[in-house]
Amino acid sequence: MTEMNYAEALVDGLYISMDSDPRVSLIGRHVLGLSPLRYLMERIRDAFADRILNPPVSEAGIASLGVGAAMAGARPFVDIATASFVFEAWPQVVNEAANAHHMSGGQFTVPVVFHMLHGLRGGGSAQHSHSPQAMLWNCPGLEIVLPSSPRDVKGLIRTAVKSDNPTVFIVHSKLFTLKGDVPEGDYEIPFGQADIKREGGDVTVVATSLVVQKALEAANALSQEGIEVEVVDPRTIVPLDKEAILRSVAKTGRLVVADECNLSCGVASEIAAIVAEYAFESLKAPILRVARPDVPVSFSAPLEDYITPTPEKITAAVRKVLG
Amino acid sequence: MPASCNQVVFFEKGLLVDSEHGNPDKGVINLTVMVEKKVKRKDRHPPVDKLLKMYREMLTIRAFEERAGELYASGAMPGLVHLYSGQEAVAVGVCAALNTDDYIASHHRGHGHCIAKGARVDLMFAELLGRLPGYCRGKGGSMHIADPLTGNLGTTGIVGGGIPIATGAALSSKLRRTTQVGVCFFGDGALNQGILFETMNLASIWKLPVILVCENNLYGEFTASDTVTAGKQYTSRGQAFSIPSKEVDGMDVLAVHQVADEAVRKARAGKGPTFFVCNTYRFKGHHAGDQKQSYKREQETEEWTRKDPIPRLSQWLLSKKLVDRSILSKIEEEVEALVQEGLEFAQNAPEPGPDELMKHVYAE
Repeated sequence: MTEMNYAEALVDGLYISMDSDPRVSLIGRHVLGLSPLRYLMERIRDAFADRILNPPVSEAGIASLGVGAAMAGARPFVDIATASFVFEAWPQVVNEAANAHHMSGGQFTVPVVFHMLHGLRGGGSAQHSHSPQAMLWNCPGLEIVLPSSPRDVKGLIRTAVKSDNPTVFIVHSKLFTLKGDVPEGDYEIPFGQADIKREGGDVTVVATSLVVQKALEAANALSQEGIEVEVVDPRTIVPLDKEAILRSVAKTGRLVVADECNLSCGVASEIAAIVAEYAFESLKAPILRVARPDVPVSFSAPLEDYITPTPEKITAAVRKVLG
Repeated sequence: MPASCNQVVFFEKGLLVDSEHGNPDKGVINLTVMVEKKVKRKDRHPPVDKLLKMYREMLTIRAFEERAGELYASGAMPGLVHLYSGQEAVAVGVCAALNTDDYIASHHRGHGHCIAKGARVDLMFAELLGRLPGYCRGKGGSMHIADPLTGNLGTTGIVGGGIPIATGAALSSKLRRTTQVGVCFFGDGALNQGILFETMNLASIWKLPVILVCENNLYGEFTASDTVTAGKQYTSRGQAFSIPSKEVDGMDVLAVHQVADEAVRKARAGKGPTFFVCNTYRFKGHHAGDQKQSYKREQETEEWTRKDPIPRLSQWLLSKKLVDRSILSKIEEEVEALVQEGLEFAQNAPEPGPDELMKHVYAE
């Protein structure tokens, strides 16, 4: 076990992936966006230069070449960079990658990873601040991964690269400096296995990505008042560990779902619908969602703060479901 | 006339570059040799067995499409079919330059490419009818036939959709250090899709072993392409990305084959992509239900029917005395029997059950 930050863990997992499988290639050399930690990628660039392609600004092009390459024996890791740019590659991801295995009757697999940085990054404004995971959830055929911690990001990136399915690997730049314990060497975290980040008996908070850390902050504060929150982190929304969520709600009877998508048809909405359908009898209160309001993201800092899911908003929702 | 008039000389770009009978420095060029050379160039043809294979394949495509059109008209088949009749020389000419493990990607008018690359007509008919033994277990249909065993990445229903897929396969070949190439077939409609330009740019900068084949059949759906495609020549689109670009008579299977072969050799040698535009024509409508084809100009179909690539090849073979009529007749009979057999197989094949729906959403 060693301590590293999220960015180091991501790079470590990617390094091991490229080192252990010569079919893995990188389209896009940055991966860590504009983060001050982006120097961490240098060791990958040095070790695997012949398998790293430096593309022009051509998201549709690199996404679709990634799909074709994956169908023909390669295992490309395509860096879409800012998640909002996936819209440039949208048909490639949802209409080609997601469909190829099914519409070929299982003859082709598409072992491509689409990597992107989602969410409110601070001044990203309307066009650079998207969290497209819920939209992608509505396109069957994709796996969608939302790692929230250093240990999770390294183990999940290994599984993503090894997966024979097209995998959307969504990280958050505000998680990069988060430190945590990470097993050394190679390990995988299976998809569809949620992680109980904190146990508690009073209220279940299901959260994803950066908001998991916000939920933990809220939970620690509420614990001072004797309210014990259970924080459930699905880690992957496709496949989703429904059972873990339902087990927790059966225990607590109260649910808050918190994530960074816009409210309508967001990740929180779908999880709320699932619990309402399958655990209605367990519920002692209506389900509450904490998400971004349905507005384009403004540039101005106080306006961006206003729409950001925060520990305070989660705390308020927890109090509300407790009545 | 000098006795050595038949000496082979080579012309590149209209300039005499090697000759025993003319000296360009002294302004002496033997015109007789020039004329004979032009004829000799066409005489460099593939071996007879390959020519007969091309003939067989074009016939198979034509027969398959006839049956597919009938299936549509009879209401036996769900969805649409987009018939390739008339364009056979392109699929066959190009695929004759490829190995089984080279990749192709095609589109909604893709039956010809699938057959030319080696797909079986019985499994194709089954797929068109949405039956379980079809290539895609009935889950793809006419527009999504795929056959990994013959390097067929699949046809796609999205105009331009297959262009980057085949180019990605070419990228894979380069990364894996094999000499496989990728070929994307697309129509004149795709000449205006952004993904073509992104793909051309990437193929060019990364010198990918991909051949971009545009079949210009004059119409994007029901619209004459020249009314909606800017730029003086379609080949300029490739030239804009420094990709060698040519125009070819798409009704001449040998001309197509020659250009394709050259492009494939170049790609295998690591010299990067080629783009060529085959001028061709679809004898049928955009899809099988487009019977009236009122958007086509008068006399057009007759004009182009006279250039039908299938009799063009058979007449050429006979005129060159490369084969006997009886050989060709035998092939014609065999093709008819094969296609009929394939159709019957498909008509008797079982449909997929609902359990098939949830299979292959994700790889196991």
